[in-house]
Parts: sequence; structure tokens; C-alpha cells
Amino acid sequence: MNTYDLVIVGGGPAGLAAAASAKDHGIDSILIIERDKELGGILNQCIHNGFGLHTFKEELTGPEYASRFIDMVLDRGIEYKLNTMVMDISADKKVTAMNREDGMFEVQAKAVILAMGCRERSRGALNIPGYRPAGIYSAGTAQRLVNMEGYMPGKEVVILGSGDIGLIMARRMTLEGAKVKVVAELMPYSGGLKRNIVQCLNDFDIPLKLSHTVVDIEGKNRVEAVTIAEVGSDRKPIPGTEERYTCDTLLLSCGLIPENELSKSAGVALNPVTSGPVVNDSLETNIDGIFACGNVLHVHDLVDYVSQEASAAGKNAANYIKNGKEKDAKIVEILPVDGVRYTVPKYIRPTEMDDTLTVRFRVGAVYKNCAIATYFDDQLISKRKRPVMAPGEMEQVILDKKKLGEYPDLSKITIKIEEA
Amino acid sequence: MSETTRELTCIGCPLGCSITVTMNGTDVVSVTGNTCPRGDAYARKEVTNPTRIVTSTVRVEGGISPMVNVKTASDIPKAKIFECASALKNVVVTAPVKIGDVVVSNVAGTGVDVVAAKNIVAK
Repeated sequence: MNTYDLVIVGGGPAGLAAAASAKDHGIDSILIIERDKELGGILNQCIHNGFGLHTFKEELTGPEYASRFIDMVLDRGIEYKLNTMVMDISADKKVTAMNREDGMFEVQAKAVILAMGCRERSRGALNIPGYRPAGIYSAGTAQRLVNMEGYMPGKEVVILGSGDIGLIMARRMTLEGAKVKVVAELMPYSGGLKRNIVQCLNDFDIPLKLSHTVVDIEGKNRVEAVTIAEVGSDRKPIPGTEERYTCDTLLLSCGLIPENELSKSAGVALNPVTSGPVVNDSLETNIDGIFACGNVLHVHDLVDYVSQEASAAGKNAANYIKNGKEKDAKIVEILPVDGVRYTVPKYIRPTEMDDTLTVRFRVGAVYKNCAIATYFDDQLISKRKRPVMAPGEMEQVILDKKKLGEYPDLSKITIKIEEA
Repeated sequence: MSETTRELTCIGCPLGCSITVTMNGTDVVSVTGNTCPRGDAYARKEVTNPTRIVTSTVRVEGGISPMVNVKTASDIPKAKIFECASALKNVVVTAPVKIGDVVVSNVAGTGVDVVAAKNIVAK
């Protein structure tokens, strides 16, 4: 069996940044396993610009952003396998994978970084009534067909969900000659960025109907029409508000779910809120030496943050490989309450963590003129005003190791939304 | 000349201020509704000279992928978006393609080139 110090599952933005960082922190024996035919992951189909403002101070397209990190991996001579699917990861870090050249094979790793990304919520998970004809795609599937394979999924389009991929595809399909008739969003607010509402919908006079959902899909072989209706505050359709749109395509942009089947087989504990692994300050899961970063951990809105998080995971995995793990370190839980849905990480070790630690989270609703408050036990430590917070935008709190050192008896950290 | 108003949503931050711009012909008379200077600047640009980076794809021959994504090298007038898109419709490039390769020069008479935004190696 081949052995590596570090096996990274996934060659997208998270896996690439983690690999480069691990190498820079002294690990030479690294293998990246990627199931697609090239490195770069989902960025390869995200051809719109706006990536990398934080990291490179310029607006890149997805493939350009990916290429910067691909170059880092190539420059460092890091080994990778393409067209290779990981089938299983065991708790003792044996990775089983297969491809057409090697068949089924196993590699033994000292540490594993999970970087598998996420996938889209499907029609089945949405429980949309109606027939099951051709012409219903997730927005990301349509994005791959148009941008990478060169196929147009349809000519007259209705989009359910106002997530960013749906908005981006509304513009993309329009530019390729399709007619996007409406974007329906179940919630009373959009899940997408303001910039995308303006530049992908308003620029092309595509209507966005908030508090609306699909109640019927017509057509036996191909989608022929979609009916949407307004929903009440209980999110149930209001009779009499139905509107029928003839179309041949329905795109679904209704949320992303971290892809953790492999994590589960390794015994990694998942957070039911994020559907991603529960991790500590070093982004390590409950299984020693298995780390997680990027969208497999929790769904990000900015790839810049994925790269930062993955670099940290790479560095931490390198430390684990070189120095092992301090088993008796004190663990403090971070409690998300009052509007804070979750935090990543969930646990910190005040004696082991870096000098500063970025804790990322999402809020559960739109909050205006509120503040993010951090408590060490019952004592208020920081309160930061935010003019607006929304579920679609990730928030953060930075914890300071020195400050934590002043509280040796600390039992819990609480992060919550309060009035400003 | 009589005054007209335009309603905009600011894209500067998640706040998404509703901004009202009062115009006299092509002159901006006032900008209201914004909460910060970025909103004012955005609104003035948006009503006088709105521009966008356009991204799209063109076909590739002899590459490992059938498509390569492209972008305008800088922003072009918003009104030229569709003309730019149709100028790219039947363009075919040959692999290898390098990031920055000019795919269409001076697209839609804007003086801006459309460049490749991905490396595609030859098959």
C-alpha cells in the first residue's frame, strides 16, 4: 500500500490551498485526489468575475482564481491524481479510491484533509409537486452544461430560488439567448448578493418574486409550464395567487449542502445545522488527524475565505504530522445563540490555538442595526455594531489567545446577536 | 429641461440602500437615500456611465475542454453587453489557450479586447 503523510480529498479551491500551505509548512509527502478531469473544482464553471477581491485585490473569474492556486500546487511539485474517486476513508486514515488506470487502490495517510465541497439541494429534497419531465436542472448543472460542455439546457426558463448560482445563471442564459421569465424565491428576502440581484436580474429586467414558490410543473416528456404562487408567513401557498408561466426549463437554486458521505464513513461527527463536520480551532474533526475546510465544512459565500480557511487546515495538518497532538488540552465550547445559527469552529483549545482565531458563522434572519456580542462565560468581551446582517452573508468574530489566557477557568464562549 | 428621477439599489454592501437620483437631462441634480459616500459615487456612475465586465465562453478546437471562458479585459458600457455577447457567438479558438490571449479585439467597437480567462492545454 502506498503511504503519504497527507492525503487531501478534493482538488478544488479548498484542497489546493490546503496542499500549498501544508507543503510550505514542511510536509513533502502529499497526495491530492480529484474526481474531475482537472484541478480547480467548482471554480472551473464559475466564469463570472468577482473572485479574489480580498486575496488578490482584483476581480478574477473563477477559472483565473483557480489557476493561481493550481500554479502554486504545480510550482511546489505536489502530487495529484485526476479522474479519481475516493470510495472510503477509514478512521485510521486509510483512503480507498479508484480510477481507470489504477483500478481500486488504497493509500495510508498520517493525516487527511476533507475538501470535497458541497452539492445542490435537489428537486427530491424540495418536494415540488407535479410531473417529472426532462428540463428540470439544478442551477449548477445548467452552469456546467453552458460554461464547460457548451450545451444550452433550454430556451424559456423559470428559476426557483434566488441563491447566487441561480441569479448568475439568469444572466448567463439571457446572454446566450434564452428568455428567463421569472425568479421565484420562497423567503421574503433573497439568498443572493445585492450585486447579483442588480447586475443579473435588474440589468435584464428579469422579475424577482419574493415569497413565491413553484406549486406545479406541467409536461410529460419535457417541461411545458410551471405555476408559481405566493406563500404566506407559514410558507404555504396562498390559493388564488397562482401564475402560470409557459417554459421548457426549470432551474433550481435552493441551497447547497456539504458533501459528507465520506466523512460519515470515517466516523466524523457532523453538525446538523451546517451538515458539515464539527471541528476545533485547528479545523480537526472528532477523528484524530482528519481535518476539514471549505464548503465541505460549511458553505461559504466568498472563495477568499475558503482559501484562508484551507491554508489554516493545511498548516494545522502539517503540525499534526510533525508534532502529534496535545491530548490533554482544555476544550472550551462556543455556543451560538440568539440569531447565531452555528459557529466554525465549534470548540477551541485556548492553550493550543493560534494567536488569533477567526470564528465564522451565519445569522438566521435579516438583522438591521444590531451588534455581534461575544461573552466569556457571562462577561461581555466584545460588541461590534453591524448596520445589517443577512443569512446570505457570513459573519465573523476574532478570538484573541492572549485575552483568553486571562480567563483560565473559562467554561464557555457565547456569541449572540444583540440590540446595538 | 424638466427633472426626472431614477431609483437604484446600491450594490456597495449588503445594506442595499434604495437610492433616488434626480436628473436634469444628463446632469445629476441630487442623490438621496444612500447612507455612505460609496452609494453616492455608485449612483452617479450608474446613471451617467454604467459599465460592466462581460464574461462568456467560446468554443475551443483541439483542447481538453470544448469551451474556454473569456472576459472583457476591462468594463464596457452596459448598453453594449448584448452586442458583445453576439460578437462572441461564432468565435472558435484553437488550443492551447493561455489566460490573457486576445480572443476578439475591440469588441463591439468599445476599444476593449475580449481575452481568455482559462488555460486550456491541447489534447
